Amino acid sequence: MLSFMAIVLFILVLPRFGFQYASYLMLTFFGYGVAVLGWNLLFGYTGLLSFGHALFFAVGAYTLAFLMNKFSIFHMEAILLITVIISGALAALVGAICIRYTRVYFGMLTLAFNMLFYSFLLKFYYITGGDEGMNVSRPYLLGIDFLGIPKMQFLTGTYYYYAWAVLVIATLIMYGIVSSPFGHCLKAIRDNPEKATYLGIDIKRYRWYAFIISGIYTAVGGVLVAPVVGLVDPSMAYWTHSGTFVFMALLGGFVNFLGPLLGAVLYIFLQDTIMSLLYYWRFVFGAMLAFIVIAAPGGITGFIGSLMNKEETGV
Amino acid sequence: MCEEERAVILNASDVCKYYGDFCALEGVSFSIKENEFVSIIGPNGAGKTTLINVLTGLFKPSRGKVFFKDRDITGIGPEKLSKLGLARSFQLVNIFPEFTVMEFIKVAIISRQGKGTQFYHLLAHDKEIERQAQEVANLFGLQGKRNVLAKNLPQGDKKLLDIASAFALQPEVILLDEPTSGVSTSDKNKIMETLVSASKKIGIKSIIQVEHDMDIVFSFSDRIIALHQGKILADGTPQEFEKNEEVVCTVMGQKECFKIFSGLGKDEGSS
Repeated sequence: MLSFMAIVLFILVLPRFGFQYASYLMLTFFGYGVAVLGWNLLFGYTGLLSFGHALFFAVGAYTLAFLMNKFSIFHMEAILLITVIISGALAALVGAICIRYTRVYFGMLTLAFNMLFYSFLLKFYYITGGDEGMNVSRPYLLGIDFLGIPKMQFLTGTYYYYAWAVLVIATLIMYGIVSSPFGHCLKAIRDNPEKATYLGIDIKRYRWYAFIISGIYTAVGGVLVAPVVGLVDPSMAYWTHSGTFVFMALLGGFVNFLGPLLGAVLYIFLQDTIMSLLYYWRFVFGAMLAFIVIAAPGGITGFIGSLMNKEETGV
Repeated sequence: MCEEERAVILNASDVCKYYGDFCALEGVSFSIKENEFVSIIGPNGAGKTTLINVLTGLFKPSRGKVFFKDRDITGIGPEKLSKLGLARSFQLVNIFPEFTVMEFIKVAIISRQGKGTQFYHLLAHDKEIERQAQEVANLFGLQGKRNVLAKNLPQGDKKLLDIASAFALQPEVILLDEPTSGVSTSDKNKIMETLVSASKKIGIKSIIQVEHDMDIVFSFSDRIIALHQGKILADGTPQEFEKNEEVVCTVMGQKECFKIFSGLGKDEGSS
């Protein structure tokens, strides 16, 4: 626990040590961290594999861009609140249809909705800016605008701490959710839906709730990432982007609560390093994914866990 | 003597179930009264599990109705039924493999207390759920294995845990689909005694079980319903059954028939 808190605080003070580029990458992690926590509520805790969460990520990012460009709303708190409402409503609608199915059918349906939204972003260009997307301005944080300072200084300074705080709060809330009676029922549904039904659990309703929470989390992740990228475009909603969440969670390990967060941070830093070295970075990532699935299906946290168990049992 | 005074708690009326042209149940009618332990017997394919599935609302019968405390529960589904006070256990072990014994029982208690949608407090801090889960674990002799994963339990304990979770719902009626199947002969009586005493402590009014083991059936039942080819062949007390060689031989086959009528079954049952 202490070492965990030390890591969290180390991340907080990272920009103070002059690691500006690393801090910039960490900013992306803060957004993806929130998003993948949401994705894993569905997969790791409810047993539903979504291939369409880029939909919600893009909903978050586009909500921010839309509110800034069309309504001149720059206050991050207002944007987050509106995103929660919009993504919650959309997740309720999409979820109500998707949760009627499980396994590959669920995955395919989420993918279908994902691509529907992608087409919407691309074709309704007078609303969404089409393939050019929309520019993202600098948000106001806690009612203060930071227009006077250089962009990079804003991002790796005030915005860094803000996004860090959002991730920490989101992580604590998610931990509360998965450790609550509700989270316990989700795990029961994941393990044996038939038995859960006979114990009086309305599995469709619970899956629906999980879907809504998951959608909101992923959208909040999209809101956090948009100012870092400075632009929102339809590629955010492309189906391969949904695969990113799957990859992150598999890399870190979806069984462990913090596994997806570890996966997200590793993914972002690895992607950055490998992209700078190789043009064929996707090839490397593909090989890595295959290796994880075959050699360490529990991801990195699962692998470490099994090593520790072996030590304990002396095997 | 008090037979007539007991209220009917579960009533099946002219229940039929067809799978295409195949008739799994044909005109099955019976009533279960409060404080009755009823065994449903019959050869393989007689329609026992279909009947349990109809009674627990999983299958909608092709014809007929099922009433629980005078309420029509035909095909309402297991989730709603468990809330009304009718629970079941399964023929094949049906568990949450990754849950410890305590976590497993807690699912039922959370559900019964309607706390399933509470996501704003930690389950570990809920002392009431913890206490009740411990009580159920104690009732079923699982107190020493509270933190063992369900998948690592011996077969008999898995079966017991499946039943314990159904009992934790504190139902008024429980349907047990072959509670001792796949369990060693030495464990069978232990399981039955445990669940009968647990049902008294929890306040379960009636038990309906599907069972193949005639020793268990004769030892524990107040009443036996024999199914054959989807129809009720006989319905009576164990004493009446023991006299009816023809019915027992039809339902249970020659081997059981010989055991019972040569006296072997009685000796084991009374020991």
